[in-house]
Amino acid sequence: MTTIDLASAPQADPARRGRLIVYAVVLAIGLALAFAPFLFQDVRSSQVAARICVFIVLAASYDLLIGYTGIVSFAHTMFFGLGAYGAAIALKGMGPGWGAVILGGAAGVVTAIVLAVAIGVLSLRVKAIFFAMVTLAAASVMMVLASQFSDFTGGEDGIVYKAPDLFKPATKLLTDGDGKVLKLFGVSMNGKIAAYYFVFLSCLVLFFALMRIVRSPLGTVLEAIRENEMRAEAIGYRVVAYRTSVFVIAAVIAALAGTVWAVWLKYTGPETTLSFSIMIDILLMVVIGGMGTMVGAVIGVVLMSLAQFYLKDLMEVAAQSTSGVPLLPDLLEPDRWLLWLGVLFILLVYFFPAGIAGTLMRKGSH
Amino acid sequence: MSDYILRLDDVHTDIGDYQVLHGISFNVPEGGVHVLLGRNGAGKTTTLRTIMGLWRARSGAIVFKHHDITRMHTSDIARLGIAYVPENMGIFGGLTVQENMRLATAKGGFDDGRLGRIFDLFPAMEKFWAKPAWSLSGGQKQMLAISRAIIEKRDLILIDEPTKGLAPSIIRAMIAAFEEISQDSTILLVEQNFLFASSLGRNVCVIDDGRIAHAGRMGELVEDKDLQTRLLSLSLDAHQ
Repeated sequence: MTTIDLASAPQADPARRGRLIVYAVVLAIGLALAFAPFLFQDVRSSQVAARICVFIVLAASYDLLIGYTGIVSFAHTMFFGLGAYGAAIALKGMGPGWGAVILGGAAGVVTAIVLAVAIGVLSLRVKAIFFAMVTLAAASVMMVLASQFSDFTGGEDGIVYKAPDLFKPATKLLTDGDGKVLKLFGVSMNGKIAAYYFVFLSCLVLFFALMRIVRSPLGTVLEAIRENEMRAEAIGYRVVAYRTSVFVIAAVIAALAGTVWAVWLKYTGPETTLSFSIMIDILLMVVIGGMGTMVGAVIGVVLMSLAQFYLKDLMEVAAQSTSGVPLLPDLLEPDRWLLWLGVLFILLVYFFPAGIAGTLMRKGSH
Repeated sequence: MSDYILRLDDVHTDIGDYQVLHGISFNVPEGGVHVLLGRNGAGKTTTLRTIMGLWRARSGAIVFKHHDITRMHTSDIARLGIAYVPENMGIFGGLTVQENMRLATAKGGFDDGRLGRIFDLFPAMEKFWAKPAWSLSGGQKQMLAISRAIIEKRDLILIDEPTKGLAPSIIRAMIAAFEEISQDSTILLVEQNFLFASSLGRNVCVIDDGRIAHAGRMGELVEDKDLQTRLLSLSLDAHQ
């Protein structure tokens, strides 16, 4: 038998090298997040680190939809918001306690499941563009409801509440011989650090759950569906059932991420959970990181978050240091940070057409 | 009638505004290779896709092993025991050879004996087991598509033009493979390569303009050059 040995052509090495680079970067990000309270001790940095943790889960769960299954949804922040509002309303109504977090989070998750099943069953049979429109409409309705039912949701102002006592700054996690809060590497072992590690560990568990899903036989079926629905049907897979299941799984993960976010922020409002700017952010994070890679979400979220939080500061320093050069200080004016963020995205899309992780891991492939 | 594994009865299929099948009726006996022949655009592929439920029959009946599958969902038809190897091979390029084959197993596990038989038939599958399917050659992709169709016992395998664009040596390997596969599965083959089809086929249906123009034993068509010329505008000699 003649075999044409195309597969052994020397094109696998760049992909292997790319994978190693991506995994090394993701490991470095993981370590940085694990030790963030010790590495970056200002309030803003811990806020950024916690946001990165939560958004990694949010973006990765969105990648399960768009990257692994080819489902374009604009309702992902709606599920995120349901988890957040569930916890927020319960914490406000029942007071700061774990019972409120669990009950509120569970209520948010159950509502997310009901809505995801309803949207999935009714809409996943239609063409992708119509499904996207349905999810857009559902997300818009949820935004309006959150604003209108102000007695319940706090309206545009949102809800302010207290987190469980464990996360109070005054809580002493570890004490020294004098009964004072113990300091490790200059960091007080108090409720603030407990809150950060609650966020970090919850998100780590959720992210590994997503990784487990995409590496299971279910993940292979999802990739097959994304590649060609008809072929997947022809070998015996009910595509609508699979797509609906994945839509529900992604909604549950997003809702749980929302609950964690609500506990961390101690504030929940439309702008922090339901807004379309968050939806656009997570879409960009997944695209920049690399759709259908899961680890790409980690890279995309870190890049976007660092740009959103620190690009302005960086430009201010750059503008000052180039004050003697004509034109440059004007271009580097901190208020123009969004322009440079746009330029950065265009360059990333140009040089990494399949996203950063996607391009590096598939270099040499089709 | 109980000897037939598949029966099509006056099947009409439209694609958009065009009627492609105008009352196709034929029976496929259990076991062996049975061939659908016909010119380009005659309706052979549409017939296979209609059987699989990928195109919905407007009227008529399709019966597989006493089950009326005319209105059934494609995935349910597949689960009844019909495998389909489309013209464009139907493999998933982004998945490895192993993942492609695992997709077609009911419980996600392989029967070692069956897998060994496939590796004997198509050694390239073992060699490229962990490689992504996109990196295979055209012939290897076709082998993968057929391997996936037989990784578990299927009662009926629908194969659409498996030799299209393949080198003669690979076609010879395909003939040997199909002979072995047909020992425990029935194959309904759509083919333009008359030499290939006639070397394997037990029965033949010739489709022309969405209608059955001839049905009978393959041996009769091979021996009757006038019939070949009339039905297919060819003679077997011209292809030898």
